[in-house]
Amino acid sequence: MSSFWSIWISVISLGSLVGCYFLLRWCLANKTGVEEGDDMHHEFDGIIEINNGLPKWWTYMFYMVLVWALLYFLLYPGLGNFPGILGWKSSHQDIRSLAESKAAMAAARENGEIVQYDRELEFAAEKFDPVFAAIAAKPIEELLQDEEALKVGQRLFLQNCSMCHGSDARGATGFPNLTDDDWLYGGSFEKIKETLHLGRQGQMPGWLDAMGEKGIEEVVEYTLSLSGRSVNQQLADKGQARFAMCAACHGQDGKGNQQLGAPNLTDIIWLYGGSKRAVTETLNYGRNGVMPAFDERLGEEKIHVVSAYVYSLSHK
Amino acid sequence: MKNVHEIVEKNAGLLAVFVLIAISFGAMVEIMPLMYQQQTMKPVDGLKPYTALQLEGRDIYIREGCVGCHSQMIRPFRSETERYGHYSVAGESVWEHPFLWGSKRTGPDLARVGGRYSDDWHFAHMMNPRDVVPESNMPGFPWLAENTLDGELTAKKMEVFRGFGVPYTDEDIAGAKAAVQGKTEMEALIAYLQVLGTALK
Repeated sequence: MSSFWSIWISVISLGSLVGCYFLLRWCLANKTGVEEGDDMHHEFDGIIEINNGLPKWWTYMFYMVLVWALLYFLLYPGLGNFPGILGWKSSHQDIRSLAESKAAMAAARENGEIVQYDRELEFAAEKFDPVFAAIAAKPIEELLQDEEALKVGQRLFLQNCSMCHGSDARGATGFPNLTDDDWLYGGSFEKIKETLHLGRQGQMPGWLDAMGEKGIEEVVEYTLSLSGRSVNQQLADKGQARFAMCAACHGQDGKGNQQLGAPNLTDIIWLYGGSKRAVTETLNYGRNGVMPAFDERLGEEKIHVVSAYVYSLSHK
Repeated sequence: MKNVHEIVEKNAGLLAVFVLIAISFGAMVEIMPLMYQQQTMKPVDGLKPYTALQLEGRDIYIREGCVGCHSQMIRPFRSETERYGHYSVAGESVWEHPFLWGSKRTGPDLARVGGRYSDDWHFAHMMNPRDVVPESNMPGFPWLAENTLDGELTAKKMEVFRGFGVPYTDEDIAGAKAAVQGKTEMEALIAYLQVLGTALK
């Protein structure tokens, strides 16, 4: 803050306090020309006004508030650039990037400043970091036996993952069920962690323009036949010829490819619904399922715990 | 000068003037200096003006009253930053006219909702929130998926914002109508939500 504005704020703030003081003093004097306790000669419906001074308790409270205000200005930041005797502040200001925020935190710690928010973080780190570090040091085999760790994982799951995958982790249309051991991108502990760290971006293109409605109908029939559904065999046979396009991702046998996140089409698990209508919709317009990255939000240790919880759901 | 106080008490207009003067001291200290501070005038490093579609989405956010239940202001408390991310900083709001910080959280804070959920999730959630969050008491907004934008006023809105100091280029404004025409309100709103809070990195 420039010194002009600093002085501006200080002068007006302190000036207001002084002004309040004199206003109060002025109001305390009897300037009505009527003795205290006498009739003011106002009458409304038989109710008369008596000249009463300001109540003492109220007056003293007013003085106390003025003193309180002065003390506050002295101890806490408020008067322009004056930081207050306590050197206290709630958080860092004038931040333009996360890097600057971190730098400001480090600088404040070095200078011994009291920053309320930083302190909260430090207290929490002291308390919780060892807990997470201990859990994160354990391999998955051990974590599966560790009830406490899995509870921590479940809590984190409920806070961060349940909005899409559901509080029971069984997912919803468009959001994978995590309990069935059927995985788009691989279900090993390492793969689950990778998914959480980096996120995933599904890329099923729409085929309506390339195949036309007729072509889509045929491919839908063939696709449904892969999981043993009864279909119009004539259409399915034609669809099989077109399936070469699909095989690039889903494989010649339709069993999918976890490298690409292409689902297995031969089982009865359908992320976007397995009805003829839903599969047609998927083929027509494509799907772009997104799993957000949690790398920055949770960090390695918490991701380790959540991944263990997710892994445990299908490996009890 | 027998009883000056009585004059003020018996003239409501005069009393109002004095009240205004008294209040203005607060404004001179609390508001005026902020208009000249670097930290409230200079954007954060990653801030970009809303695209035409995001800007329309913002207007839908205002129209549907989202601000009545959702704040966009993460306070510097650990209990908030653990859930929502880094606390909001002034440089993120320099191009907000008006800002949508809100003051009521019936729903969660949205200051950093951008990138937190997928577009598909937002779509499902806006159609019927209980489809994805069973305990939600948010109303559904299914009509957003049906209403389309015509973009008639988009360029004008951007010009107004340019008047406020948002650095829109002539190309931005020229292409505004084409960028939003035919898009659904749902697309616009999701585009807006997905950019919220992503500037601070």
